[in-house]
Amino acid sequence: MQNFCLRLMLVFCMLQISSTWAQEARPMQNDAVAEAQVQRLSEQLRCLVCQNQTLADSHADLAQDLKQEIREMAAKGMSDKAIIDYLVARYGDFVRYRPPLKSTTLLLWLGPFALLFAGGIGLFVTLRRREKSIVDAPLNADEVRKVRELLAMNKES
Amino acid sequence: MKRFLLPLVIFLVMVGFLFIGLNLDPREVPSPLVGKPAPQFSLPRLDNPEQVFSGKDMLGKVWLLNVWASWCGACKEEHPLLVSLAKTGFVPVVGMDYKDTRDEALQWLAQGGNPYMTTIMDVDGRVGINYGVYGVPETYVIDKKGIIAYKKTGPITMQSLREVIVPLVKKLQAE
Repeated sequence: MQNFCLRLMLVFCMLQISSTWAQEARPMQNDAVAEAQVQRLSEQLRCLVCQNQTLADSHADLAQDLKQEIREMAAKGMSDKAIIDYLVARYGDFVRYRPPLKSTTLLLWLGPFALLFAGGIGLFVTLRRREKSIVDAPLNADEVRKVRELLAMNKES
Repeated sequence: MKRFLLPLVIFLVMVGFLFIGLNLDPREVPSPLVGKPAPQFSLPRLDNPEQVFSGKDMLGKVWLLNVWASWCGACKEEHPLLVSLAKTGFVPVVGMDYKDTRDEALQWLAQGGNPYMTTIMDVDGRVGINYGVYGVPETYVIDKKGIIAYKKTGPITMQSLREVIVPLVKKLQAE
């Protein structure tokens, strides 16, 4: 029962109500450049209500408000960076799908490579160890004779 | 025996991460506004829309800003707590009625009780954006200088009140 309204918002995000869509997809035809900027930016920004959707994909109320906000900033001629900074100042780095590289996000950026590196070393060490553990097993005289016989048979056939 | 030890340790570490992950609330996104001045606003009051209320009016006091709406279900959960907090007169609570209609908000307060010193109306959600509101209810603790000291997303609970908000307000009031 907790966070009921958040869940409700989430449900609305998922339902993708067609009427809402019809309402918010109105492009500003008089300014195609600004509209392209809005589209480009809203694809890079996260909707904080539906956390795995971009602002472009989301139909949450907040996402539409934010798109409207971006649209107005774009119409004023603000740069991409200025608009993203505006949102980051309010919602934190989490709004960006591409978080900046800094001390708190170091693990996020380098973690996968560190794991790959550790796995690579593990594999190398294991292979090395296995190679060393292979012991040559020399054939005795009897076995050598058998091998010769078999090879001779092969030649005859 | 030794060759099983390493995979077992790795497995246990992963289980540990999963367990911690399951107990984290993905909604708890750290707010960049904590430690920064609370965004300024001047909004009409719910009880009297002719009058505006501004955050500046609260300078010199430690106060709570509680973002709520009559359409918000989780707000009902925390409302009784706010009402009893208000009765103690311990800290003033300013309500921000977020993207709501005046009639419904007034009705809501009439039913559940009004814990707010003042309620302001953010009808279009603009001030909400400045505060980084993304899930109602949200509660901000703002100090005497107007700096945001703490933000809670989601309903406040007895636990969060007792363990975080009240001690923090006491500390800030003593400053």
